[in-house]
Amino acid sequence: MDYSMQDLMAIFAMQGFAGLSFFSVLLLMALGLAIIFGQMRVINMAHGEFMVIGAYTTYVVSEVMGGWGSWGAEYYILFAIPLAFLVAFLVGMVVEVLMIRHLYHRPLDTLLATWGLALIMQQVFRSVFGAREVSPSTPSWLDGAWTPTPMIYIPLNGLFIMGLTLVVTLGVVWLMYRSRWGLRVRSTMASREMSAAVGINTRWVDRLTFALGCGVAGIAGAAFTMISSTGPTSGTLYIVDTFLVVVFGGAGSISGTVVSAFLIAQGQSILEFFLGSSMAKVLTLLVIIGILMLRPEGLFKSKVRR
Amino acid sequence: MFEVTGLRSGYGQSEVIKSLDLTVGDNETLAIMGRNGMGKTTLFKTLVGLIEARDGKIALNGEELTKEPTHKRVASGLAYVPQGRMIFPSLTVLENISTGLETVKSKRIPHDIFDLFPVLHDMRHRKGGNLSGGQQQQLAIARALVSNPEVLLLDEPTEGIQPSIIKDIAKTLNDISEMRKITIVVSEQILSFTMEIADRLMVIESGKIVYEAPRSECDEQTISDFLSV
Ligand SMILES: Nc1ncnc2c1ncn2[C@@H]1O[C@H](COP(=O)(O)OP(=O)(O)OP(=O)(O)O)[C@@H](O)[C@H]1O
Ligand SMILES: [Mg+2]
Repeated sequence: MDYSMQDLMAIFAMQGFAGLSFFSVLLLMALGLAIIFGQMRVINMAHGEFMVIGAYTTYVVSEVMGGWGSWGAEYYILFAIPLAFLVAFLVGMVVEVLMIRHLYHRPLDTLLATWGLALIMQQVFRSVFGAREVSPSTPSWLDGAWTPTPMIYIPLNGLFIMGLTLVVTLGVVWLMYRSRWGLRVRSTMASREMSAAVGINTRWVDRLTFALGCGVAGIAGAAFTMISSTGPTSGTLYIVDTFLVVVFGGAGSISGTVVSAFLIAQGQSILEFFLGSSMAKVLTLLVIIGILMLRPEGLFKSKVRR
Repeated sequence: MFEVTGLRSGYGQSEVIKSLDLTVGDNETLAIMGRNGMGKTTLFKTLVGLIEARDGKIALNGEELTKEPTHKRVASGLAYVPQGRMIFPSLTVLENISTGLETVKSKRIPHDIFDLFPVLHDMRHRKGGNLSGGQQQQLAIARALVSNPEVLLLDEPTEGIQPSIIKDIAKTLNDISEMRKITIVVSEQILSFTMEIADRLMVIESGKIVYEAPRSECDEQTISDFLSV
């Protein structure tokens, strides 16, 4: 390899930044999954499809508001994000009521059932939106780049996604550690029986938690439309990486999830430049398996005695 | 008045509580004595609804609770301090107490709870899991009390706690009973502790009440015989 030092720095900076957009979407996905898994020990194989719900919602909002003139085309994304959350949240709630709550304490059945759900959802997407990938037009204020040096080129939509991820992550942290609802979630995680015995309606907590996790995946979907086009099976692209992040981060720990999403996204993005994308994935996977053999509980674990 | 009639419950094939009746008056403290495995915990879990009653009736001030889920029974005035405390180890002391406010309007911890348990105030930012057994017991009682219960159910509060602290717990329970006028049902194996707090004593054996007497008329020797094998 004959890269000069300066070239290498620029490559790292740019791949690093490409990695940051990936990191953002991955983190949003993983946060949702980690919340759900931490609270209910439910592994949601359809989590990627909830992201796609958010992505299609964003697409629909862009189409509709695009018809309202240039104002709509410029600012649809600000309406699409909360709506993506809301739609994924509501679908999540319906899924919890119709399916998940009948399968608590049966992890294997839940795995199969949510996998089936993922296939059904993909088919629904195909029937409604067609097999072709769609992508909303990027508003002009996000179309462009910031070039701090002539060699470094940082896309504005990437910055926007990062800002969004930061806001959502802080929001989740606030919800979990500062709100009454978070207290209910954390106590239910610690002991379902005892939470009921202090008067908490744990079923309702489960339902809201599942829906919230799905809603955050919906926001990930809105961000996803800015870095890639959306097809019926787009969710499957992210689900494996998302599981890796959650397992590696030590399920249920928000800081662990953040660090693990960062390492995995950055590792892959930088390796990709040198090795191509499949080798980068294989190498990342091997490293993670190696680390998990040394630390089966993930990167972070609680130090409180139980 | 807290009334239980013809209560049956158990696990799978085995019936543990076998047609049990008890009535506790307002502001009365009732102790249920019994050896290991006689069904005290099963009884308490059935009372709060963590185990489903197979038959019988549980009623608080005439309101039937038998079919209600646990969280509704708590909202109706039951509070439960389980055997082994079961505080939330990963939550701080303040957060643990806050969980007890679920069924009351104000979500602010009333300060008089720290008058009863000053040590909890000193430890308020510690994780519950890092408290000693005696401190955890106080925390579990505090968590139950902030819901302003009418009936406080305590399952073996002295288990694994050293004698000097047991005396403190007895005093606290007497203070609570006097200040708050609540009804207390406590399960126990330590007779000296029970004699300090209870108005009435019962003995449970294999899921049935086999002895009952007010404290003043109670024959300590008979109860001791029941408690030792
Ligand atoms: N989860 C369970 N499944 C099956 N049987 C159980 C279960 N828990 C308790 N038992 C049985 O029910 C009976 C009563 O147990 P319980 O825990 O109510 O007794 P206890 O009076 O509280 O005893 P201890 O003083 O040891 O706490 C025992 O024979 C016990 O083996
Ligand atoms: Mg017991």
